[in-house]
Amino acid sequence: MTQTIETFLNRYLVTVSKPGRYAGGEFNQIVKDWGKTAVRLALAFPDTYEIGLPNLGLSILYDQVNRRDDALAERVYCPWGDMQDLMRNHQIPLFSLENKVPLKDFDVIGFTLPYESLYTNLLSMLDLGGIPLRSSQRGEEDPLIIAGGHACFNPEPISPFLDAFVIGEGEEVIHEILDLVKAHKKDGTTRRELLRKLDDIPGLYIPSFFEVFYHSNGLIKEIRHVIKPEKHTVTKRFVKELPEPVTNFLVPNIQTVNERVSIEIMRGCSRGCRFCQAGMITRPIRERSANQVLAALKSATESTGFEEISLLSLSTSDHSQITEIMQGVMEISQARQLAFSLPSLRVESFTPELIATMAGKRKGNFTIAPEAGSQALRSRINKSISDEEIMSTATQIFRMGWTNLKLYFMIGFPDETDEDIQGIIDLCRQIKAAGKRLIGGRLKIHISVNTLIPKAHTPFQWLPFSNREETARKYRLISDGLRKTGIQIDRPDFRHSLLEVWLSRGDRRLADVIETAWKNGAKFDAWNENFDSQKWLAAFQTCNIDPEFYASRAREMDEILPWDHISSGISKNFLIREYEKSRQGEISPDCRSVCHACGIQSNFMISCSELRTRA
Amino acid sequence: MRIRIVFSKTANLRYTSILDVQKIWERTVRRAGFYLQYSQGFHPQAKIQAANPLPLGYDGLEELVDLWLTGGPAPDLIVQQLSEALPDGISIKRIEIVPENAPSLPKQVDFSDYCIRLHDSEQDFAGILEKIKSLLARETLPRTRNGKNYDLRPLILDLAAERISGDSIEIYLRMPSNPGKTGRPEEVMFELGFEWQDFQIVRRRLILGEPEP
Repeated sequence: MTQTIETFLNRYLVTVSKPGRYAGGEFNQIVKDWGKTAVRLALAFPDTYEIGLPNLGLSILYDQVNRRDDALAERVYCPWGDMQDLMRNHQIPLFSLENKVPLKDFDVIGFTLPYESLYTNLLSMLDLGGIPLRSSQRGEEDPLIIAGGHACFNPEPISPFLDAFVIGEGEEVIHEILDLVKAHKKDGTTRRELLRKLDDIPGLYIPSFFEVFYHSNGLIKEIRHVIKPEKHTVTKRFVKELPEPVTNFLVPNIQTVNERVSIEIMRGCSRGCRFCQAGMITRPIRERSANQVLAALKSATESTGFEEISLLSLSTSDHSQITEIMQGVMEISQARQLAFSLPSLRVESFTPELIATMAGKRKGNFTIAPEAGSQALRSRINKSISDEEIMSTATQIFRMGWTNLKLYFMIGFPDETDEDIQGIIDLCRQIKAAGKRLIGGRLKIHISVNTLIPKAHTPFQWLPFSNREETARKYRLISDGLRKTGIQIDRPDFRHSLLEVWLSRGDRRLADVIETAWKNGAKFDAWNENFDSQKWLAAFQTCNIDPEFYASRAREMDEILPWDHISSGISKNFLIREYEKSRQGEISPDCRSVCHACGIQSNFMISCSELRTRA
Repeated sequence: MRIRIVFSKTANLRYTSILDVQKIWERTVRRAGFYLQYSQGFHPQAKIQAANPLPLGYDGLEELVDLWLTGGPAPDLIVQQLSEALPDGISIKRIEIVPENAPSLPKQVDFSDYCIRLHDSEQDFAGILEKIKSLLARETLPRTRNGKNYDLRPLILDLAAERISGDSIEIYLRMPSNPGKTGRPEEVMFELGFEWQDFQIVRRRLILGEPEP
């Protein structure tokens, strides 16, 4: 089949859009001897090549697995529509980029799911691979289909399509899975037995082993493990110490969404913003030492030749050695004329010393995330920065030479008033005035105003999603209030937010809706030009499911939530306490200074402060 | 120091555009441990100059690019270290040192020589020869490309077919490749009744003319 695929590519690739997506052969690509490798994993990303290639999660697993002598990892991305049609017309199955092997021939296919709008592409990829869509339809010859990534913290809507989910971090557990699969191949055990063994691995969720029972009103009555009734939850995995960072990144031959050396300097976040799922599910904080970060940056720069370096984390300026890291970054970037980007800086920890390390550098965008317009609302969402702090940071960065400022806001918080919305307008106008005084006409301000999606595993998980009219009215207030200021406003399409709401807060009954929407032609839903909410609404109708049940309904505090059997290690009591504090306008300070007993330390028997820093 | 690299671009790099190839050179130089010169100004650009863009889907056997490096590493060392740092699909044939004040490459390119391989050896060779003959006999070949009408005929400077070892058929073509006019071999192939999936275009070499004073 590989020969057929290569002949097909040789002849027809020139006829599709962006053919470089399907060519492979990037610098640092690892091609192993297929026949001589015991376990074979396909790492699948259900969006296009140029979106998937820079994905750090996938790069980490590619590196981890290919370090093993007995295993190989190859990549596969979702072909664009024209290529899907062409492949179907020529009966070419979906194949990996490295050895050009059909997906079906791999032992394991691991999907990376960082967000929910990729679900229909996941179905397209299985279908193009000739693999039955549902776990229950797969036979002994089919590969094991697994998924991981942040979206999997509510795996339910796609649970019938996957054989297993990895909840949490994959660096260690991927090896345990491959070891099991290798033994399973050798011993010739059944698929069912393999699943039972996988079920014993902490952090692995086998959805077919859990049965969900419903009340007549549609609420969940019980979620029960069918073999081990005593097993109530699957608790996420995390690595106590971050492994050596990836340095041999794939260097694409065509343009991708970002091309740079990305070194994760810290995982987890201590700020506890109540809307932020990432901040909840990535606990505890684990830093990489400045030495390790700088050594990795240097080695990655040499091995890739990338012209930009980037430090990743949820809260970069909170790293205990950030000044040291920045000094090193400046030295490396000056020596080789590299650009650098530093996302996720915090107003609270963005000190003058830190700013000073960036002196003399060309300045790109600077981002501040006040999230809400008034201090009172910021306290309720636990983003406790004052208007003065925001103004002073903005003033400082203008003085340092930045001209482009981006501000992140959200609307749709509980008990949000028009004064809170007015706060967004006032704050933007004040910053604009200050900027104009300091740097004049070169000033560019861009604001992004998202609608809150109350996510699973956050203190806001019980909240209803905002309704369309109210959301539209608030956006109108903002755009009217900022008229003639030259401030650009980005906002999401409400229908697109709704899709994210359904898919991130739904239960397993939604699987039928997803499959029907996909059959209706829904694909690449993350792409505005492709997304068609009619296909989804029609699917809800066909399946006789009310989308409002998942979107606008406030969940009862004692209701069993679809993801209650998936544990992030954070206790439900903590989420309830945080929700109540939010209603009282009470903040929970940074947990590095005071522990709020979120459950991470007790559930995992660890000490956060011990895990946080490494010499 | 200004060096001229003669290189081939084939296989999986067939689908990489001129801008992305430029980036490949920048990154390769960095990986090889050399330093490119940069232009002055607020947005410094690496000094790299390709002779002529090779369209997506073509193979190129002797493409040309000039790189301006800092310092003066030995040519052998340059070839060796760049070769190790290049991705699969580009390979260096040779390099030469070019005087700093030599005319720019794009201005020197006059023509390209192409060899077009037919995938299917079962083609009727006599029929192809016949079609070429009648095509060359035409005075004009009006065609539309990207919504523009033009005459393809004057862009065909040479056209012939040959049956080579085994049964495979190759078509040879010379067309202008300069900023004023550029011929596209696939347009000739379409005129001969072929479609994209029937052939592979290989640019064998670029022909440099006398630079204008």
